[in-house]
Amino acid sequence: MKILTQHINVPGIETFEVYRKHGGYTAVEKALKKMTPEEVVEEVKKSGVRGRGGAGFPMGMKWSFLAKPEGVPRYLVCNADESEPGTFKDHYLMKTIPHLLIEGMIVSSYALGANKSFIYVRGELMYVVRILEKAIEEARAAGFLGKNILGSGYDLELVVQPGGGAYICGEETALLESLEGKRGNPRNKPPFPAVKGLYQCPTVVNNVESISNTPWIVNNGGDAYAAIGVGRSTGTKLISASGHIKKPGVYEIELGVPVEEFIYSDEYCGGIRDGHRLKALVAGGSSVPILPANLITKTANGEARLMTYESLSDGGFQTGTMLGSGGFIVFDETACIVRNTLNFAHFYRHESCGQCSPCREGTGWMEKVLHRIEYGKGAMEHIDLLVDVSKKIEGNTICPLGDAAAWPVAAAIRHFRPEFEWHVKHPEEATRPGAVYPDPILM
Amino acid sequence: MSTETTEIRFTPERLQKALDIIARYPEGKQKSALLPLLHLVQEQWGWVSTEAMDYVAELLSIQPIEVYEVATFYTMFHLEPVGKHVIEYCRTGPCCLMGGEKVYDHLKKRLGIETGETTPDGLFTLKEVECLAACGWGPVFQIREKYYMNLTPEKVDEIIDELSKQG
Repeated sequence: MKILTQHINVPGIETFEVYRKHGGYTAVEKALKKMTPEEVVEEVKKSGVRGRGGAGFPMGMKWSFLAKPEGVPRYLVCNADESEPGTFKDHYLMKTIPHLLIEGMIVSSYALGANKSFIYVRGELMYVVRILEKAIEEARAAGFLGKNILGSGYDLELVVQPGGGAYICGEETALLESLEGKRGNPRNKPPFPAVKGLYQCPTVVNNVESISNTPWIVNNGGDAYAAIGVGRSTGTKLISASGHIKKPGVYEIELGVPVEEFIYSDEYCGGIRDGHRLKALVAGGSSVPILPANLITKTANGEARLMTYESLSDGGFQTGTMLGSGGFIVFDETACIVRNTLNFAHFYRHESCGQCSPCREGTGWMEKVLHRIEYGKGAMEHIDLLVDVSKKIEGNTICPLGDAAAWPVAAAIRHFRPEFEWHVKHPEEATRPGAVYPDPILM
Repeated sequence: MSTETTEIRFTPERLQKALDIIARYPEGKQKSALLPLLHLVQEQWGWVSTEAMDYVAELLSIQPIEVYEVATFYTMFHLEPVGKHVIEYCRTGPCCLMGGEKVYDHLKKRLGIETGETTPDGLFTLKEVECLAACGWGPVFQIREKYYMNLTPEKVDEIIDELSKQG
């Protein structure tokens, strides 16, 4: 079952004409002519679709929090800031089938009572900004945007807003700050954007993929969406697969596919690249805990691990991880876990906005200490020091970037401590170019 | 600094674009145009100078510091003159797993410069950036708006050869 990518390979699907021919904009017609905004919200609630940006918060519930004071404009802002390392599905969706997002923005804005909505796209994807602007003009020319759309009395303008290079602007309140023309410093919550968001008005911020699901939900009903998937992981999810697999790329899966099938089946990643074996997995973007080989296809209880929010989180952070953004990064035995942890630590240090001392200082220290270990100048105490610093960041910051920086370090040491100790005890061996831990546990 | 005495101003076409952008936000919220305008500055001059920041402040009727603090926060804005082609390569984990380190070492050797530097002929500047959201098609770099993906040392040579020929 393909909800988002059903027509993605049709030649010309990026144009209004071809998109329309394949059923595009029927959800706009149905919603604006046959449904009330409340009815659209109800279908999204019934669908059980969860935020596809990474947090997995139920979309219908977030929509229901939107405050509706008289005479105050409401805003829908699409978060197209995709910057979580390992994630590239929004990029793929927007550049290949831009009208899907446009249609989703129209039905979602209608549902929320927004008359001016924004798509905030990371600045590096300026070519995607151009593609979206072109699609918006096509939709407007066909009468699906502007004043009194399809004679419904509903007005909507869409604005595509570029970012400037800042992972932190993927955090919804930092995104709003950036949209207002300021530095991307996250705000304290409460108040939540649903109450005080863009320009201090009630705002909903949703991910590209989340919004792109709404046309199908309107056309087929929330119950039909909820019938796909497993438990509270309903519908389909776009997985961005990269790393040491045979077929990297974006895959739309029904939630519930076994992890083993996703990695090894030819329908998806096609297995580990030739001659190599699975060593580790980061299943949902760099911020989620890395998993060792023995906990990837099976949970700690020996049950098959599935591609769902619940199953990937089985075992908490002790033996589990998170579905997160679905940035699925696969490591084989040629990968050095210490080197990769340092690589991610540098990323978080660079991207920290600097507001909160635990994050600003802690990310700096984690990078410095990991650097020493990776380059043969570490001591055994440094390994526990890293865990200690990670614990001091966690939970002590305004926004989740601090946690996102702490979790990979703590998880790498939790599951790969011998590899870190090897770097400390055998620095000459470990710092030889291309050297990797000689005794890994592989699948 | 008034816009009459300074040399820095948008072309008429770009100024119109800037005014259109400013007009798309609600009344009193024109500061939302700041990042789009800084991108227009970089489109025209290749980088963002203090004089250009002052010009943008005038256009938006805000204080220069409000522009300075934004231009220095967002990594896409070059605050010093750059070469004709700024090669921004992704250094983050997944691209490295796909062979990035070898490709970028080759890139540096081919150009004879380190990250942050510009070739003596002024053609190329190298800039190390974080995840460009193209991991499955990595290693990746971008030059202005164009993404170059599935890079290999050979492809790097082809791209540099082509751009060097164009001048």
